[in-house]
Amino acid sequence: MTGPGKARHGKARHGKAGKVRLTADMALTQSDIDRELAQIRETYDKARAEGAPATDHPPRDFPPYRSSVLRHPKQPLVAVHGDPETVELHTPVFGHTDITAIDNDLTVQHQGEPLGERITVSGRLLDSRGRPVRGQLIELWQANASGRYAHLRDQHPAPLDPNFTGVGRTLTGDDGSYHFTTIKPGAYPWRNHENAWRPAHLHFSVFGSAFTQRLVTQMYFPGDPLFAYDPILQSVTDDSARQRLVARYDHALSRPEWSLGYRWDIVLDGPSATWIEEGR
Amino acid sequence: MSERLAPVKSAPAEKLAPAESTPAEQLAPAENAPAEQLAPTENAPAEKLAPTPSHTVGPFYGYALPFPDGGVMAPAGHPGAITLHGYVRDGEGAPVPDALVELWQAGPDGSLAGAGGSMRRDPVTGGFLGRNGVDFTGFGRIATDADGHWTARTLPPGQPGRPGPPGPSESPGRPAAPAAPYISVCVHARGLLHHLFTRVYFPENAEANAVDPLLASLDPARRETLVATAASPPGTYRFDIRLQGEGETVFLEFR
Repeated sequence: MTGPGKARHGKARHGKAGKVRLTADMALTQSDIDRELAQIRETYDKARAEGAPATDHPPRDFPPYRSSVLRHPKQPLVAVHGDPETVELHTPVFGHTDITAIDNDLTVQHQGEPLGERITVSGRLLDSRGRPVRGQLIELWQANASGRYAHLRDQHPAPLDPNFTGVGRTLTGDDGSYHFTTIKPGAYPWRNHENAWRPAHLHFSVFGSAFTQRLVTQMYFPGDPLFAYDPILQSVTDDSARQRLVARYDHALSRPEWSLGYRWDIVLDGPSATWIEEGR
Repeated sequence: MSERLAPVKSAPAEKLAPAESTPAEQLAPAENAPAEQLAPTENAPAEKLAPTPSHTVGPFYGYALPFPDGGVMAPAGHPGAITLHGYVRDGEGAPVPDALVELWQAGPDGSLAGAGGSMRRDPVTGGFLGRNGVDFTGFGRIATDADGHWTARTLPPGQPGRPGPPGPSESPGRPAAPAAPYISVCVHARGLLHHLFTRVYFPENAEANAVDPLLASLDPARRETLVATAASPPGTYRFDIRLQGEGETVFLEFR
């Protein structure tokens, strides 16, 4: 998001004239953003047609998301080929002292019940070989059913819910499985451009079996009409990569008269120590 | 209650059938996709699964990810503790007040085993207890303040897998020069669609730094961005993270 929050628009800093071509952000319309997105997509499709590999992650330099403009490195990343003692091929450990029994149920953390549509989100945490990542920490945070975060800087005129904070944690099971009960978050406005709205999403923070596999991302709900307008989701230009951010409604996970079930598996990127031991 | 369980045939049609013009990306994956395709078992062929894409941490992680004593990694009163701090700045040199800095490192003995308990919880209130005062977890997490500043109190990292000087037992396949001790840093921020990795090396280890495979591969000017500056009082180190522009920090990718 642009600016320190939804409340202040990133009229960015325009210290040096001409340095950032994104002047007068407030006047930016959805059509401007749509045009930029279309251009980026066209460039990507052309490259793909010419044999370039698919890109899984968003580029750090993605102008339609205005906040990225001054916050991405311009120098290329330096590649590191680790040996098994490379620090990043190992990972922080979290255990049962780091979570409480109800951390994965965001609907029972207050005296009353939160407002909104009760849902469960279940899936597995896997590495790129499909192996489960066991006993590792998954953190979740989100807006409430009205689309408002329990954060001072979120001052958009939607009600806070005294019975919902919107933070969950869990450790994955032996099969890499995780499970959260929460309420479906609302969409909310932000000030990237005029009439900008974020599709409903859950934020996830995930650790793997190596620090290189660290992942922070967002999970979306199927069929959201805001997908096409959102520069953050659209920063993932590859269609199938973008689809991997959308959970699947799974009726078998819905519980009668209680909650709707979504399934979302998380696949971690990046090398791990075992990956190197196997000779890649 | 029975009204709430009314059969779907009474539901409005628009809830049953998405409009034909719905863009493909709005459609849920085919419902008949076998679960095996989504979650391969350990016996699955070694075909690489496509990763879940990264997204920005956004501006509102502050009530969720930071935890009390997130930067207080050294056990209380540890005589060897050091202070590591710095600023996160953007392409115009302005402070980044909504960055999240994560540290991961070996203990002073070079151990990378880590330990649980970084965000120890109180089962009575659900709150945080702080670390247990004894174990070194190797993990720290600090949100920058309004000045873009962060501080960690930790222990100097040892050299993983090299508790003593190199000896005859060195296997022939190893790199000639061992890595110098360092702390791994993962930076998240609003505006950053994919986190960034960097490393903090220490000025005392000049000899090891000089032959460290990563540091040695860098242009001297850029190399400086990875070495903390000793400050006063002794045991204090400054490490700034410049996301873009003049003095841009070296960021890493792992292959």
